[in-house]
Amino acid sequence: MVKIEQLHKSYITGKNSLHVLKGIDLYVEEGEMVSIMGSSGSGKSTLLNILGILDTYDEGSYYLAGELVRNMNEKKAALYRNRTLGFIFQQFNLIPFKNALENVALPLYYQKVSRKKRNQVALEYLDKVGLKDWAHHMPNELSGGQKQRVAIARALISKPKIILADEPTGALDSVTSYEVMNILKEVNNEGITMMIVTHEHDISEMTQRVIHLKDGLIEKNITNRHN
Amino acid sequence: MLIDIDKWQEIFSTLKKNKLRTFLTSFSVAWGILILIILLGSGKGLQNAVLNNFEGSATNAVWITGMRTSMNYKGYGKDRTIQLNNNDYEVIRDQIEGIDHISPQFNIWGNTSLSYNDEFGNFTVQCILPSHQYVQGTDVVTGRYINEIDIEQRRKVICIGKGVHEALFKMDNPIGKYVKLNGIPFKVVGIFDGGNQNGDKRVVVPFSAAQQIFNGGTNVSTLGLTTGNASVEESKIILDNILKKLAQLHTFHPDDKSAIFMYNTLEDYQKTLQVFNGIRVFVWIIGIGTLIAGIVGIGNIMLIVVKERTREIGVRKALGATPVSVVSLIISEAIFITTIAGYFGMVLGIAIMEGVDFLVDQAIANAPQTSDAGNQMVMFMNPNVDVRIAVSATILLVISGAIAGLFPAVKASKIKPIEALRYE
Repeated sequence: MVKIEQLHKSYITGKNSLHVLKGIDLYVEEGEMVSIMGSSGSGKSTLLNILGILDTYDEGSYYLAGELVRNMNEKKAALYRNRTLGFIFQQFNLIPFKNALENVALPLYYQKVSRKKRNQVALEYLDKVGLKDWAHHMPNELSGGQKQRVAIARALISKPKIILADEPTGALDSVTSYEVMNILKEVNNEGITMMIVTHEHDISEMTQRVIHLKDGLIEKNITNRHN
Repeated sequence: MLIDIDKWQEIFSTLKKNKLRTFLTSFSVAWGILILIILLGSGKGLQNAVLNNFEGSATNAVWITGMRTSMNYKGYGKDRTIQLNNNDYEVIRDQIEGIDHISPQFNIWGNTSLSYNDEFGNFTVQCILPSHQYVQGTDVVTGRYINEIDIEQRRKVICIGKGVHEALFKMDNPIGKYVKLNGIPFKVVGIFDGGNQNGDKRVVVPFSAAQQIFNGGTNVSTLGLTTGNASVEESKIILDNILKKLAQLHTFHPDDKSAIFMYNTLEDYQKTLQVFNGIRVFVWIIGIGTLIAGIVGIGNIMLIVVKERTREIGVRKALGATPVSVVSLIISEAIFITTIAGYFGMVLGIAIMEGVDFLVDQAIANAPQTSDAGNQMVMFMNPNVDVRIAVSATILLVISGAIAGLFPAVKASKIKPIEALRYE
């Protein structure tokens, strides 16, 4: 599903160049559930952004579902983000003036699905994350866990091949964190590849494989036995 | 793309949920258009009113009347009354160049009662030649004006003003009927529009017949003439020649300015036009200033809108929005607000101007009932705005709004989604 070879990425701020990723090799199979760990500044979020075509890389190669992602134009990138990828963010990133249902339905808007149809599908997905009754609530009327479940429904609605989650439990307490993780595991059980950036050990232990990043390089690649 | 119902639903829901922003944008656009229209309309109203006071006279007309001398000359003392006469008319007509129409006018003073059956009234009676129509700038509404045959045959015919028609005949057709002028019957041949209240309460009769009937001898009250296409300077030369000729005929000093009163409509008209050109330029400068303020206002708001929505744009891009769809969303929203608000401001502006127009018209219509309102200058009239200008201004504002929104929108659509997502 994901193949990365010798990936380099630097950020240039003024005269200073910050070498964030210093040659990453990574292979993720279809249906895998992988977590990426590392201290802050280790490059884990940068890696996830590149995987999500939200950011570009400087050297190396990145194959997503067999296709090389390099210098992709915005239109094509938008198509990939819309159809192949699903995002879950630490800060949820729901659109504040849209209710839960409309937020979930948004990816289908960009697939030109009719309003009636996409609201219907969105309701199904909200049901799936247990928020059917909250469909018409605005994001500021939802708790953090509920918001993240709405975000998960939104990531799932376009039936992506891979879901990228950037600290999905970072803003949640431990009980809701586990709820969210359980939902993500269920999603993974349906065959969707899952990559989760986290710095919480109990979260990473719930995944099949943990990739440890340190100073822009993969330090350890551990397969969890209990999974 | 424009009839993409989904996109419009998306826009409506955004607008509905950002009411203050929507209101502020709409207000600045509507206000700009409203002020522009009121300004232009007021300028036009002022101009219409003043130019209307020139109605009832051709704009190149000159009116000449005998006054009193103020200088001793060739044995004649000062304070001598100069009375124009038929000879002056003939000499000026034949010897002065640059005149295209000329008519003597003999006004019947005193008790000039005009009656038809039981209706009667006092009106200005002018004895004139056919060319008087061109000097006065009279429009004949029904029938005809006094003609050459009337003059030759000394017919007792009369052409009456609209006001006279209303007063004496109400709604009846007066053509062919006889009215009595100081007891003498005159046949009505036409009705004319005098251009304003004063001009409508007049009647004209053939110079040849009436001058004699009403004991005018060879006296002429006023000489009216037009100077064709002469410029103001050329018309002044013509007037100078006339003055010299009259000084010679009536033996007064050629420099005696008070012996003859000359009113050159052209000079006055040109001066007034210049004043109004000045006013128009002034109004436009303010108007364009208002528009620019509106455009800057929209631009400012669009800039804030885009900044405010940067994070949302990032989310949308992460969910699969293409740059085109982002730009289109913002621009469509800008165009939609400015079009609706601009239209609203335009309609409101035109409605206000129409309302003022209505009130002014009523005031004018009611005026004759008060004593001598007919002589009052109307200062404001038909303050209408050229709808094309109003529409163009609105379109200009809409386009500017779109352009003002375009730059930040394009910029926002180009930010990497990750940067937009980080944006707080």
